[in-house]
Amino acid sequence: MVEQVRKLLEKRAGSAAELENLRQSILDKRDTNRACISVCGGTGCRASGAEAVVDAFLDEIERRELQIQVELKETGCHGFCERGPVVVIRPKNIFYQRVKPEDIPEIISETVLGGKIIERLLYVDPVTNEKIVYEPDVPFYKRQTRTVFGANGEIDPTNIEDYIAVGGYSALSKALLQMSPDKIIEEVKKSGLRGRGGGGFPTGRKWQSCRDAEGKIKYVICNADEGDPGAYQDRSLLEGNPHSVIEGMIIGAYATGSQRGYIYVRNEYPLAVSHARIAIEQAVDYGLLGENILGSGFNFTITINKGGGAFVCGESSALMASLEGKIGEPRAKYVHMSEKGLWDSPSLLNNVKTWANVPLIINKGAEWYSRVGTAGSKGTMIFSLVGKINNTGLVEVPMGITLREMIYDIGGGIPNGKKFKAVQTGGPSGGCIPEKYLDTPVDFDELTKLGSMMGSGGMIVMDEDTCMVDVARYFIEFLKGESCGKCTPCREGLNRMSEILGRITQGKGKREDLDTLEDLAGILSGGALCALGQTAANPVLSTLHYFRDEYLAHIDEKRCLAGVCRELIQYSIDPEKCEGCLRCLRGCPTGAISGEKRQPHTINQDMCIKCGACYDVCKFNAVVKR
Amino acid sequence: MELALDFPKVKAIVESYTEKVDSLIDSYADNKEQLISLLQDIQTEFNYLPQDVLVKISQKLDIPLSQVFSVATFFRAFSLKPRGRHLITVCLGTACHIRGGQRLVDKLERDYGIKPGETTEDKRFTLETVNCLGCCALGPVAVVDGKYESQVTPDKLDRVLRGYK
Repeated sequence: MVEQVRKLLEKRAGSAAELENLRQSILDKRDTNRACISVCGGTGCRASGAEAVVDAFLDEIERRELQIQVELKETGCHGFCERGPVVVIRPKNIFYQRVKPEDIPEIISETVLGGKIIERLLYVDPVTNEKIVYEPDVPFYKRQTRTVFGANGEIDPTNIEDYIAVGGYSALSKALLQMSPDKIIEEVKKSGLRGRGGGGFPTGRKWQSCRDAEGKIKYVICNADEGDPGAYQDRSLLEGNPHSVIEGMIIGAYATGSQRGYIYVRNEYPLAVSHARIAIEQAVDYGLLGENILGSGFNFTITINKGGGAFVCGESSALMASLEGKIGEPRAKYVHMSEKGLWDSPSLLNNVKTWANVPLIINKGAEWYSRVGTAGSKGTMIFSLVGKINNTGLVEVPMGITLREMIYDIGGGIPNGKKFKAVQTGGPSGGCIPEKYLDTPVDFDELTKLGSMMGSGGMIVMDEDTCMVDVARYFIEFLKGESCGKCTPCREGLNRMSEILGRITQGKGKREDLDTLEDLAGILSGGALCALGQTAANPVLSTLHYFRDEYLAHIDEKRCLAGVCRELIQYSIDPEKCEGCLRCLRGCPTGAISGEKRQPHTINQDMCIKCGACYDVCKFNAVVKR
Repeated sequence: MELALDFPKVKAIVESYTEKVDSLIDSYADNKEQLISLLQDIQTEFNYLPQDVLVKISQKLDIPLSQVFSVATFFRAFSLKPRGRHLITVCLGTACHIRGGQRLVDKLERDYGIKPGETTEDKRFTLETVNCLGCCALGPVAVVDGKYESQVTPDKLDRVLRGYK
């Protein structure tokens, strides 16, 4: 017991100087030339088998008694999820992808000890066919500016000393001990930081209004209820670098005069919950959270709250209702949450990414921060680049980069030689942007002008095989299910829109339906209570605007050009190409396919349920979808 | 016929159940606003939210039963019905949708007779869908008992499920 207390006191930083001493002693203990194997332990790589890779490394290191020479680190998400499990061997930054447990003994003996490269584990650039050895040379990383996300691949998120070693909590120390709350808010304002959760509201102004609001108790909240389907950067940041978020929150709390904070995180993100929890405990142990932080006299605690899987809870007033233990229904915001939020007290709510930007601004200054970006949107933004794209993953880029650079230079273009059709940004409330606008610079204002939005940074690429009417129907279905039902325009409007879009995708649509959709969209944007309803029609409006011909093909010709809408397509077998291998015949769930071995097969259209199983299994491209 | 119930054993099971419920609820006595977290803990323990537990929460924490019930039914994470031995979660986020996630749900409905939210008659599987698991690079994604399966086709799903009895 006494021993434990002594140890706790030893690592506890009671002042700025003690924090610096601690940092120095951590750095002194570390040998920068020592080989360090960094295995990505993000949810994506784990799904691809990263845990087995880590175990194999541990076994091999133990078997060969290399614990002193070699360090193994399970880090947060590196971003290149498509190529997982990802392993980087430092200090040389040799980049291996799709690593399997069987590869481990060879990696240890050849690369770590022998300094040789294992060719087959290298990443091959799909454009140039060139093998790439070092992580920074991979095109996916090369074009990025990883200021917020950069430390993810270097630190073990469950070890606070890793974060301190890369300069962590120095912004906190500067803010608490050298800056006044007003000075901090001034700096955030000057930086031009805008909310990264969707709205893009100027962060400094929000902080100011919370600071000015009257109230003895104030709350600081981190919104990690990342509900946008197709976006997972908040999860990766909270999983991979939770301390950067916590540090930002403490600074925000000090600036606004709050003593109590919450992290509201999705229950679907178990790893993020656990890493945030560990980070909070460690920050408390190190004197960086809790009472008298760094000897400044400032107290702040953070509690984690798990969400219940409701998209609408990403909306600030619904999130706060849910924090109060009630159902997540939004309320009209005549008064901002920063003045009257959680339990009617002033509440400062920011997104995960916004919080993680704060330490950077404090450390390096607003002037440095605002050098990157466009006139109205400063800094970098983390996007999740997903869908029909070669290099799927998380990318951090300066605001103002063009969509084309993101999709082709970083994303490596569309797989299988297919043609690009649209990119959907901003989650369910965003819109679909067609090819002719690919050279648009990406920032808050430009995306809004195109009828879409920045949102939380989801970027879903769609190719010629994606039906835009189906995409619109998908989002409306999604929002219909997630509408809380409190206000009529959203509850009823979405139901009607879903019925109409359902009809169109079944080939039963009429031309007048398109006018009705536009009318309903107007009612939603003008009459709904919260942003969910107000923006819900964006996917419909943007697809109607840019892809009207697809709607008309469904209505007039009863055709789905992309071959997606089930009622409008037919599967058949090309007798020229069919080799009669029986594969599709065996796989057909309804027995609709007949034919002898080595003879062309045929599909009985009356029995076919259009599940596409035959299309998937055919090795000769003989199944035709029309 | 005489009932061959082993009463001490039954009593022990009931007691341990009550004890678990009580201690879970008591641990939230000072934070009754964290109702959602409590319900999540209960669901992790019992696989669903038993009715008597909801009543007990309302009584012990002095929260109107109507509020407990409204929260339990508002959030999609909660189930008021017992679930099967294995939970299949199919992701229907945008990235999984355009890569064919819906076809997994169709497959389960066709071959296993369960729609989202339903449980097979033999209590082997419960199917749930989720809006996004954040593994968009690996879509379509399905999770079986917490294990993530990537790039799942209807065929692959079949093979995976064979491993769960």
